[in-house]
Amino acid sequence: MLTCKQISQLVSQSLDRPLSWSERVQLKLHVLMCNACRHFKHQLNQLDIAIQQLKNETMLDQTIQLPIDAKTKILQAIELDKKSI
Amino acid sequence: MADNVNNWLNDHGDYLYRFAFARLRDTHLAEDAVQETMLAAIKSNGFKGDSSARTWLTGILKHKMIDLQRKQFREQPISDLIDLDASDTSMDDLFNQSGRWLDKPQTFNMPDNALEQKQFLSVLDGCLNKLPKKLRVIFLLRDVHESDNENICKELDISATNAWVMLYRARMGLRKCLELNWTGA
Ligand SMILES: [Zn+2]
Repeated sequence: MLTCKQISQLVSQSLDRPLSWSERVQLKLHVLMCNACRHFKHQLNQLDIAIQQLKNETMLDQTIQLPIDAKTKILQAIELDKKSI
Repeated sequence: MADNVNNWLNDHGDYLYRFAFARLRDTHLAEDAVQETMLAAIKSNGFKGDSSARTWLTGILKHKMIDLQRKQFREQPISDLIDLDASDTSMDDLFNQSGRWLDKPQTFNMPDNALEQKQFLSVLDGCLNKLPKKLRVIFLLRDVHESDNENICKELDISATNAWVMLYRARMGLRKCLELNWTGA
């Protein structure tokens, strides 16, 4: 039997790699019986969704702009780079 | 040539900057990423017009962000980070000796209106800022890698196990922080 700690690691890895058949079975059974791990799994799913929403919100936020001085710096860097060739 | 860059910056600079900032959450790193993108774009002459300039530039930006991340990992070997984190017992605080939760996870009260949603995302932003930089970046850049783990590891030159450990720690930190700071409205 896997502990909650081990299950929590599997839940996390299930978002990063395909689990093996036996890992999937153990995870499923454990989560059926254990509220805490079921909540944890739900939390990680919510977290993924929320992260995506945060990225979307940033992309839509017109107040986030490339600062003017960064732009100037970039154009200067290009000039310098050209000379060095 | 400089005209090109000027046009790119005017038409797509803010977009590229937002794309980078959404994942790096650091104004200086995001500026660096845009600069590296422009330097690479001007050298490549690779824009064929079969995709939009924005798509093309975003593709370069993704590579540059991965480069920046790889550099960070090189400067501080990953083993340091993992050892460092292992010596802090924050992870052990979550489970008892026999691997049971000490503090059982609860369900989040997810926001159900626009205002709450805004508050929730700002709490999440605060939680992201509390994470160690590398954990934050590896977690947020997951979607710019060719998405599977093997690629992340190849591109960052770290082992799969290390990547999983870091992503696990990032998630554990974030969910705990959300539990503490987001009570729902
Ligand atoms: Zn459990």
